[in-house]
Amino acid sequence: MASDLQSLDETRDALGRAGYLAGESTALVSYLAAHLGKPVLVEGPAGVGKTELAKALARATDRKLIRLQCYEGLDEAKALYEWNYRKQLLRIQVEASDAGWNDVRDDIFGEEFLLPRPLLSAITEEQPVVLLIDEIDKTDQEFEAMLLEVLSDFQVSIPELGVVEAKTHPLVLLTSNNSRELTEALKRRCLYLWLDYPDVERELEIVRLHAPELSEDMARKLVEVVHMVRNLDLKKPPSIAESIDWARALLLLGAEDLDGDVLERTMSVIVKHRTDLDLVAERVGVKLTDGLIGSRRAG
Amino acid sequence: MPAAPGPSGMAPRLLELADELRNEGMAVGTSELLDAFGALDAVSWTSREDFFEALSATLAKSQEDRRVLELVFDRFFFRAVEREAAEHGVKENEGDQPEGQGAQGERLDLEALRDRIREALQGQDGSDGELRDLARLAIAAFGRQGEGSGVIGVDVQRIRRTLGLKGESQSAQLPDPDAVPRDRLRQFEGHVRRELERALIERTQALPPSKPLRELDRALPTGPAQDLAAVHRVVAQMRRRLATQGREHRGRNRSSVVDVRRTMRTSLSTGGVPLELRYRPRRPRRPELYVLCDVSTSVTSASVFFLSVLHALHDSFRKLRSFVFVERISEVTEVFERERSFEAVSRAISGDAGVADISGYTDYGRVWVEFLDKVVDDLDPRSSVIVLGDARTNGRDPHAKVFAHLAERAGRTFWMNPEPRLYWNYGDSVMAAYEPHCTGVFECWTTAQLEGFVNAIADLGPVRKS
Repeated sequence: MASDLQSLDETRDALGRAGYLAGESTALVSYLAAHLGKPVLVEGPAGVGKTELAKALARATDRKLIRLQCYEGLDEAKALYEWNYRKQLLRIQVEASDAGWNDVRDDIFGEEFLLPRPLLSAITEEQPVVLLIDEIDKTDQEFEAMLLEVLSDFQVSIPELGVVEAKTHPLVLLTSNNSRELTEALKRRCLYLWLDYPDVERELEIVRLHAPELSEDMARKLVEVVHMVRNLDLKKPPSIAESIDWARALLLLGAEDLDGDVLERTMSVIVKHRTDLDLVAERVGVKLTDGLIGSRRAG
Repeated sequence: MPAAPGPSGMAPRLLELADELRNEGMAVGTSELLDAFGALDAVSWTSREDFFEALSATLAKSQEDRRVLELVFDRFFFRAVEREAAEHGVKENEGDQPEGQGAQGERLDLEALRDRIREALQGQDGSDGELRDLARLAIAAFGRQGEGSGVIGVDVQRIRRTLGLKGESQSAQLPDPDAVPRDRLRQFEGHVRRELERALIERTQALPPSKPLRELDRALPTGPAQDLAAVHRVVAQMRRRLATQGREHRGRNRSSVVDVRRTMRTSLSTGGVPLELRYRPRRPRRPELYVLCDVSTSVTSASVFFLSVLHALHDSFRKLRSFVFVERISEVTEVFERERSFEAVSRAISGDAGVADISGYTDYGRVWVEFLDKVVDDLDPRSSVIVLGDARTNGRDPHAKVFAHLAERAGRTFWMNPEPRLYWNYGDSVMAAYEPHCTGVFECWTTAQLEGFVNAIADLGPVRKS
C-alpha cells in the first residue's frame, strides 16, 4: 500500500505537489490503484501526460520509478530476466576440474547468475516502486501474455529456479496509444483510465504551473491557440508538454504579445511537420493578426 | 442525483447493472465485478461522480465501453429509484417536496422563464440541480398550455421550440447572442426528458419496458472527420500485421546472423560446446504495397471510403504505390505524397491528376494489362497487391490469365469488394474469374469490415518454408 495515497483527496494533493494537476478520474483511478494493488492501463492520444502521470506518482509516493519502454521485438530476455552466461561459463571452467556435476548445476542456476531486467527488478526491490510499462501497444501479443503473470500475481516463474515472488507490490502503470487493440486478458487485470486533452481552463492551470512567469493574458491566449490548432486536421496535434515548451520559449524571447508574427516565428515549437506548419499559419495565423483570439473572452 | 440504495441492497443492484451491461455487449466478467466491489469499498458513495468513476475504471475497458456504461448507468439508477418510489407510493406532488420546486411553484410567465433558462445555459456554472429545477418549471409551464402529446420525445422537442432555444452553430463567424452551447442544451434536454419520464411513471404507476440503447446514442459523438480517423486507425493496425507477417514469409535460414549471446546460452546445456546455432531474430521488413482502386461510377458510394483507405495507407506505408482506374489506369502515388488533406487529394484525383477515362466504363482486363506493363519489373514475392473494386467489367474480357500472372508474381494478392457477397457474379460481375488467384477476397464497405480484413490477413497464417 502506498503510504501517501490514503484517501482520494490526499492522492489529488500529493499529485498536485508533484507538479501534476490530476483530473477527477485520474486522481480516483490512481487512488484505487494504490488501494487495490491493481495495475492501471492508461490510454489516450499522444502527449496528454500518460507517462508523466507515472513519474508524478513516483514523486508523490517517494518511490523509485522503473521504466520498461516497449518496442516491436521486445522479448523476455530484455524485459524479465536473463542468465549471465559469461559468469556461468567462468564458473563452470573454474569448477570443472574438481567439483561434482551436481554441485555445479545447482550452483550456476542460482540468483547470483541472474540478471534482473525491469520487470523482475520491479518486484524484487526491497522498497516498493512505481513500474511504468510504456507504450505496451508497440509489442506483440505474445509479450502481453507474458506480462499476465507479473501483473496479476506479482510473480515470475523461472524454470531453473522456481517462482520468484514479489517482496513488495509495485504500483504498475501501462500506457497505450491505442494503435492496436490490447487483449481482453490484459485489460481484465487492469483498471482503465482514459486521458484526453484537458479543457482550456485546466490546461491554463497546467501552463501557469510550469511557466509561472508568463502573464495570465498571454497564457490564456496561448492555450486558446493550442486548442484551435488541435482542432485542425494535423498529422501530429500539439501535446501538453509542447504548450509548456511554447510558453517557456515565449518567455525566453521576451515576447510581449502573442500575435501573428510571434506565432509565425515560434510555431515550430508546437507543430512538427512541414505540411502542418503551412496549415496552421494559414488558419490560425490570420485570426491572430486580426485579433480574433482572446478578445472575445476578454471583452 | 439518484441516491444509491442502502448498502444491504447494493450487491444485487450491481449485478443487475452488470447484466444490463452484458446485454449491451460489454464483456463484464466476474473478475471485473469483484474489482468493482473492491473499488466501491474504497470510495465514498455519496458522490455520484466518484461512484461512477470507480465503476468505470473497473468495468469499462475502452472508450466505447465507457460511453455505454454512462448511458446504462443513468438509465439503470433512474429506473431503480423510480421503481422504489412506485412501490412505496411516493409521489413528488404530495406532502414534502424535495427542494420546494413543485410544478405549481412560482408562477413564472413563459417570457421570464425563457430568459432564465437561456441565462443558465449560457453561464458555465449552473449546477446540475439548478438545471433540473428549470426543466421542471419548463414542463409545468408547458403543461399549462395543455399541449402534451404523450410521446416523450415529441414533447421534449416541443418544449425546446416553445422556449426558443437553439444550439450554437459550429461554423458561424459571429456568435448569436441567443444561442446556447450545444452540450449544455443537450444536458438540459436530458433533464426535461427524465422529468417527463418521471411524471409518466407516476401517472401510470408502472415502469415502461427498458429499451436497448439506440445505435445513435452509443456511438461516440463524432464529426465526419472521425470516420477518416477510424479508417486511419485500422490501417495503422494493418501495417503492423503485414510487417510481422512478411518476416515469416521470407523463410528463416537465408542470410541469418548468428546470435552469439543466445548460442552461448544454449551451449550451456552441452557443457559449453556450441552444438546448436541460434540466429538473430529478423527485423520486420518493410512491406511493399501496390493498391489499385476503382473509381468508376458503379462504385461511387464506395469510392470515398476507398479513397480514405488509400489516404490512410499512404500515411502508414512508405513503400506504397497507388493507382486509380476506370477504363485505364493511372498512378496517383505522387498526389498522395504531395497533398496531405483528404479533400485536396480527392479534388486532385477527380480533377487534374485525372483518370484516363474515355467511356466511363471500367475495363478490368485492360487495367491488368496496363498495370502489369507499368510494374512488372518491380513485382516480387515480397510485394502485396490490394485491389479495391467491384469486378464489374461491363461485359468486356476480364483477362483472368493476366491477373493470374500478376498474382503469381506478387507475394500476396487481396481483393476488397464493396458489394455484398450475394451480388458477386451476378450481372457483369466476374469475381469468380479472379477469386481463385487471390490470397483472399473480402466484402468491404465499412470500417468494421476493414478491420475484419486486417484480422483475416493476420489469421491466414504465415507461409512457412517447408
